[in-house]
Amino acid sequence: MSLTDQASLRVVLYEGDGVQPLAAEERFATLSSLLEKGFAITRVTGERKVAPNDGAELLVLGRFDQGARPAGASVDGQVPIHFHDLSNSTAGETAIAAETLRAQIHAHRTGEWKPWFPVIDYDRCTNCMQCLSFCLFGVYGVDQAQQIQVQNHDSCKTNCPACSRVCPEAAIMFPKYKSGPINGDAVSSDDLQREKMKIDISALLGGDIYQMLRDRSERAKSRFSKERDSEKALKERQKCLVQLAQAGDIPPEVLMALPSREEIEEKARAAKAKAQQALAMQP
Amino acid sequence: MNPPRILYCHCAYAQVVPKEVKEAVLKKLSESGLAFEAVPDLCEMSARQDPALRRLAEAGAIKIAACYPRAVKWLFAGAKSALPIDGAEIINMRTLSAEAVTAALFDPQAHPNLPADKTASSESLVPKETRA
Repeated sequence: MSLTDQASLRVVLYEGDGVQPLAAEERFATLSSLLEKGFAITRVTGERKVAPNDGAELLVLGRFDQGARPAGASVDGQVPIHFHDLSNSTAGETAIAAETLRAQIHAHRTGEWKPWFPVIDYDRCTNCMQCLSFCLFGVYGVDQAQQIQVQNHDSCKTNCPACSRVCPEAAIMFPKYKSGPINGDAVSSDDLQREKMKIDISALLGGDIYQMLRDRSERAKSRFSKERDSEKALKERQKCLVQLAQAGDIPPEVLMALPSREEIEEKARAAKAKAQQALAMQP
Repeated sequence: MNPPRILYCHCAYAQVVPKEVKEAVLKKLSESGLAFEAVPDLCEMSARQDPALRRLAEAGAIKIAACYPRAVKWLFAGAKSALPIDGAEIINMRTLSAEAVTAALFDPQAHPNLPADKTASSESLVPKETRA
């Protein structure tokens, strides 16, 4: 199932008219536990609607012991609403109740995948397709208008910002990256100079990156066949990758997980062809 | 005129927003009498194209306590839910103190600060569905 196909459960903390509000500490504890479990929460006060309908099933929390439960009609009656009374429930118990409901309605669970993926700044992007031809993991694609876009977010390798370093315009962000401009900080002219120097990681490494990987693979294969010592070969492989990892700030585990030489060649060919086709179809 | 809505991102799956800032901001929000939205992680919602992002983007003025304005702008746009350029204020919890973040959140005036869109001549590059 793709990321976008999964059902959602949203929590509403109802403290509107007719309901006794929580104490501030209790509210903070409840919100913290729910956020840590990956729930989005709408806190409602005053006369506002319970929550505008966005298609997600709702779990409405509140002190309903005085019979002041808000009417289902307040969310247009279009989505199922579940109620949970907070009168005798600790923050931990409330989070468990929410998790139980989430499992029952098969809503998506958050936190199973670290949301690490490229975010394109279209104010900077020139649609040059370098990211598409560089990425071996099929994260990028083009839409019907041959516009570059991120299509497979969860195919991206966690903590790997390599494609942002091949972008000549510093248009690719990873919001959870440690430093700018990759983290979304404003792009300075110094950054652009630096990014231009990184247009081709292979230049940094003194050769074609794929050729380097192929050579490394060949050397490792030959060593492995001679030594028959997988642990030794693995250590050597890790050593060889240190320079590559440092130059591109690519996590070693990403490099270690690269597919076989044949697969790399095939994927690189396919990505390049996709990029060339998209470029050829541009007006 | 309605006051700006408030959205708080907990950035739950990375340690890039200082924990003490996140906690202090959430605590101040909890102590306030204000209605607000709190989400575990805007990145995750963007990847899933969560319809809640569209609801938030289309509801008028909004203040968002999260990370860098450029990143937040394109996280919403990536979910086909472009934020209003003249109605969204992004308050950066990665760089500001908790006091500065809450002062900005509780200021009834919105101070829109999204990076400006490209000039009209090159706007065609932006996928149509991401525009407001």
